[in-house]
Amino acid sequence: MSTTAMPAVGERMIELRDGKIRTHLMVAGQGEPLMFLHGAGGLMWDPFLAALAERFTVYAPEHPGTGSSEGLDELRGIWDLVLYYNDLLDALGLRTVRMVGHSFGGMVATEVAANNPERVSKLVLIAPIGLWRDDFPIPDIAGISPQKLVELLLYDPHGPLAPFLVPPVHDPEALFQAAMRMASILHFIWPIPDKGLDRRIHRVQAPALIVWGKQDGLVPPIYAEEFASRLRQADVTLIDECGHLPQLEQPDAVREAVISFLG
Amino acid sequence: VKAIFFHLMPYRDLPADFEQKYESIWVTPPNDELCDPERVEQYYKWNLDELELADRLGFDGIGVNEHHQNGYGFMASPNIMAAALARRTPGNSAICVLGNTLALYSPATRVAEEFAMLDVLSDGRLIAGFPVGTSMDVNFCYGVTPTETRPRFREALDLIMQAWSRPGPFTFNGRYNQLRYVNPWPKPLQKPHPPIWLAGGGSVETWELAATEDFTYSYLSFFGYQHAKKLMGGFWETMDRMGIDQNPYRAGFAQQICVSETDERAEQEYLEHVAYFFKKCLHIPPWFFEAPGYRTRRSTEFAIKTIQPGDVAAMAAQDKDWKTLNDNGFIIAGSPATVADRLIEAAKTLRFGNLHALLQIGSMPNDLTEKNITLFAEEVLPRIRGLWADDGWKHEWWPIGARDRSATNA
Repeated sequence: MSTTAMPAVGERMIELRDGKIRTHLMVAGQGEPLMFLHGAGGLMWDPFLAALAERFTVYAPEHPGTGSSEGLDELRGIWDLVLYYNDLLDALGLRTVRMVGHSFGGMVATEVAANNPERVSKLVLIAPIGLWRDDFPIPDIAGISPQKLVELLLYDPHGPLAPFLVPPVHDPEALFQAAMRMASILHFIWPIPDKGLDRRIHRVQAPALIVWGKQDGLVPPIYAEEFASRLRQADVTLIDECGHLPQLEQPDAVREAVISFLG
Repeated sequence: VKAIFFHLMPYRDLPADFEQKYESIWVTPPNDELCDPERVEQYYKWNLDELELADRLGFDGIGVNEHHQNGYGFMASPNIMAAALARRTPGNSAICVLGNTLALYSPATRVAEEFAMLDVLSDGRLIAGFPVGTSMDVNFCYGVTPTETRPRFREALDLIMQAWSRPGPFTFNGRYNQLRYVNPWPKPLQKPHPPIWLAGGGSVETWELAATEDFTYSYLSFFGYQHAKKLMGGFWETMDRMGIDQNPYRAGFAQQICVSETDERAEQEYLEHVAYFFKKCLHIPPWFFEAPGYRTRRSTEFAIKTIQPGDVAAMAAQDKDWKTLNDNGFIIAGSPATVADRLIEAAKTLRFGNLHALLQIGSMPNDLTEKNITLFAEEVLPRIRGLWADDGWKHEWWPIGARDRSATNA
C-alpha cells in the first residue's frame, strides 16, 4: 500500500433503537477493523487516524451528543454507554475489534473491554481518564479559563496547535458545537472522572499499550502506572515534549509506537 | 405593586484587594482566608434584624434565597432563616423563600416537607419559590451533572406538587427519586398548596412552565430594569403566545434601591457600598456561569446566537461611577420622590407586580440599611403601592395568611 496517498474517508450514519440514537462515523482504510474513540476535543480526521487507516479499517464514531451524533438523552450513565457501544459494534457487524481511545475515549474503550473482554483484541489507551488519585487530582476542565486549559493540554501552549483548541469567540456555530460536545462528555464524567472503572478494569483480557505525554498537565503521567498495574498485559510508552494530545503534538512517535504494537 | 424586602446576606467586609487577589466570589473563595464565623454571627443577626424591621414597617413581604459557597450570599439554607422569621414577624408579612434549588435535593420530598413546615409555622404566609438554580450552586458546588440540572428540577417539581396535592401514601417512580411511600406530615396549611413562584435568568423553558402551570416568574438580575426590557418582553410575549392574560402580578423583578433624603445625599451615603457590590460581589469568572450542559440544547443555541459575545463582560467592565450605575438602571437611587418615579417607570416598562427590593447592598452597614428600609417603607412604598390597583388586576399568587396591605396603606 502506498504511504503517500491518503485513504478516502467515508461517512456513515447508524440508527439504533428506532432512530432514537443516531451515530455519525468516519470510516476509512482496509484490513482488520479498528475502532477509534475520541476525547472531549471531538473527532477530527488527523494524520494519526490516516496512518491507522493505511493498515486497518478504521471506524471512528462521534460520541452521542457530539458533532452530528444524536441521542444523549437515551444514555444516563457509563453503563448505558457501554451497552450502546456494544449495539454499535453489532450494527456494524463487528464481532471483535482493536480499540484505540484517547482521554475520555480511552476510558470508554477500557470499559467496553472490561465488560466484553471477548470483543476487544488489542487495546491502545492514549492518556485515558477513568482512574483517580487524591494526591494527583485531575483538574476540572469546565472550571478553568480556556487559556489555562490550553496550557494544561499542550507541551507547547504557544505552538501551532494552540489556536485550534479554543473556538473563536465570534463564531456562534463553533461555540455551540464546542458547548454541546463538552456537555455530552461531561454527562458521563461529572464532577470527577471516576465512575467505577477501578472495580472492573481487571476483567480486560486484551494486551494493552498505554501512551502518555511526559508533560501531560491535565492527566499526569503517573496515571500510566495506575492503568498498567491493573491490566494483565500492558506496555507503557512515555513521549517527551508532549502534553495531553500526543497524537497531535507528537504524531510520528505515537504512530510508530501504536503501529508497532498493533502489528 | 407588592414590595418584598429581599436580603442576599452578603459578606460585608471583604478585603480591599479581593477582586485582584482571588478568582471568584462564588464556588472557590477560600473559606479559612475570607469567611470569619465570628463576623458571620454578627451579619446573621443584622440580616434578621433588618428583615424583621421591614415586617414591622409594613412591607408586603420579606424574602430570602439559597446560594452556596458564595461571598455575596451565604444563606445555604433559606429555610432556617425563614423559620426564624416566621416566629418574629408580628406584621404578618408574606415570607417569600425564593427559593429552594430543587435539583439539589434527593429525595425532593425534603423540600415538600420543609416548605409545609414553614407554611404551618407561619400560619399560611409562605411563598414557595422554585428556582432552577445557578450553574455555580447546582453543578460546581453540589456536583450535579450539568445535563441533569433541568430534568432533576422538573422531576422534583412534579414530585412536590403531587406530595402536596395527592392523598398519601402513594408511590413515585422517577428517574432520580424512587419512593415507595410518599406521605409528608404535615401538608401545607394553604390549599391546595402555597403560591408557587419560579425564578430565573430568562430561559424559555421556565417561561413556558410558568404559563402552563399558572406560576409567577421573577427575573433575578443585578443589572437593572433597562437591561431587562428585552428579556421581560420575551416573557410577556410567551404569555401572550400561550393564551395567558397580562396580569402584572405574574411577574416579579429584583432591583437594587438606595433611598436618602436627597439625590445628592444618596450618592454620598451609598456609592461606596454599591461599588463594593458590583466590583467584588459580581466577581465571577465566565466559566462558572454555565457549565456545558447546564442549559438545554435549545436554550444554548438561543443564548449563543442571540447574545453578542462579550455582552456580559462589557457590562461588568463598565465604570461603576454613580452616574453610570443610575443611568443604566443598575441601581435606582435618590430621594423618595426620585426613587418612586423610577420604580413606577420600571414596573410599567417591564410590567411587574412583585418588586424584590434589594435594600441591603454589598458592604452596606446595619444602620444605613435600616435607614434605607425605613425611608423606603415610609416614603416610597405608599407612592408605588397603588400602581396596578386601577386596572382591576387581582393578585392570585399571594399567600392567604399574609396581611393584604393594599387597602390600608394605599
